[in-house]
Amino acid sequence: MRIAVLSGKGGTGKTLVAVNLATVGAPSIYVDCDVEEPNGHLFFKPVDIHEEEITVRIPIVDHTACTGCRKCVEFCNFNALAYTDKLLVFDDVCHSCGGCLLVCQENALAEREKNIGRVQAGTSGDVSVLTGILNPGEASGIPIIHRLLDSSGEAKASTPVFIDCPPGSACIVMESIKDADYCVLVAEPTIFGVHNLNMVYELVSLFQKPFGVVLNKCLKGENPAEAFCVEHGIKILARIPFDHELGLLNSDAKIAAQEDETYQELFWHLLQTVGQEVTDETTAHS
Amino acid sequence: MKIAVPADQNNMKTSVSASFGRAAFYLVYDSETQEGKFIDNTAAAAAGGAGIKAAQLVVDSGADVLLTPRCGENAADVILAANIRMYRTLYESAKQNIDAFLEGKLPDLDEIHAGYHGHRG
Repeated sequence: MRIAVLSGKGGTGKTLVAVNLATVGAPSIYVDCDVEEPNGHLFFKPVDIHEEEITVRIPIVDHTACTGCRKCVEFCNFNALAYTDKLLVFDDVCHSCGGCLLVCQENALAEREKNIGRVQAGTSGDVSVLTGILNPGEASGIPIIHRLLDSSGEAKASTPVFIDCPPGSACIVMESIKDADYCVLVAEPTIFGVHNLNMVYELVSLFQKPFGVVLNKCLKGENPAEAFCVEHGIKILARIPFDHELGLLNSDAKIAAQEDETYQELFWHLLQTVGQEVTDETTAHS
Repeated sequence: MKIAVPADQNNMKTSVSASFGRAAFYLVYDSETQEGKFIDNTAAAAAGGAGIKAAQLVVDSGADVLLTPRCGENAADVILAANIRMYRTLYESAKQNIDAFLEGKLPDLDEIHAGYHGHRG
């Protein structure tokens, strides 16, 4: 069972939900795909960390062999190459497809490995913690996401995997949810929250992923995110209150489900609900 | 001398485009013949790397100078590698900027921005 936790913006509670689900679901795997600012490790404090460097391949030019035919420049769909009196390569724009090497008939292009970040694997009790870290200034963390998801895919099928996605609904989020069996959307009870919820709602609908919503920071009174769910017939999986104690636990980097019985129960129920949803989906499609 | 200007329309009354890489056209004005021709910017709708491709078009046009309100880092790398000098436009009208440039009244473009790449889009 692979569960992705996502939201349209940062600070909605993705990490709160993913970390606590992985805790109550242990033995489990927690995968931090928010590679620009991974923070799940702050809660899990994993030990026995193994680190792997992540590199991408970037073309390098042999200017003496290059004849300036520009076949590579015309081929590159990402516009990562330009030719003035010599070939220019824009590393940050390159998507490492290797196409330029294929079209070069002069063998003027080769590839070099460029380090873009790393993946850390550690353990925290019965939770395996995988963290992706993108070097500051790098344009795309997608190669790191691929490595993270490959690593988590090596586990036994019975071990649940909880994927803490990057915020938003861009390519990097699509990569993070690609192999998920179920998506948990976390939403805030504001008009702005509804806008962000709608972004990820459209994304998971486009990917035809089964999904449900966790309403976070719930206050008494109206909840625009809840109204959105009712209007669109979206399943509400859980409601997390706007709670001072929970805020304190979080800012102390403590895992609520380990510290507080109410939250242990809340996330346990959420896990059961999600598990049931996944089972229902599997039955419905088999 | 050939003078390139990012343009909103493909006629000599055009305004200068606010964006270099995503301009609809480039006006290439020949100061000797006093004639302007327009190049379609095939990079205008590119998902990424528009500035690089657009700069390539300007380089290929044979321009000696580029008059533009602003220019991103990647585009500037291509423009400068081709030894094209960049000047900052001061007026809305493309032609008015060309005239001002020919009178030596346009300043160098010395601020290159880091680009508006929407990685979080």
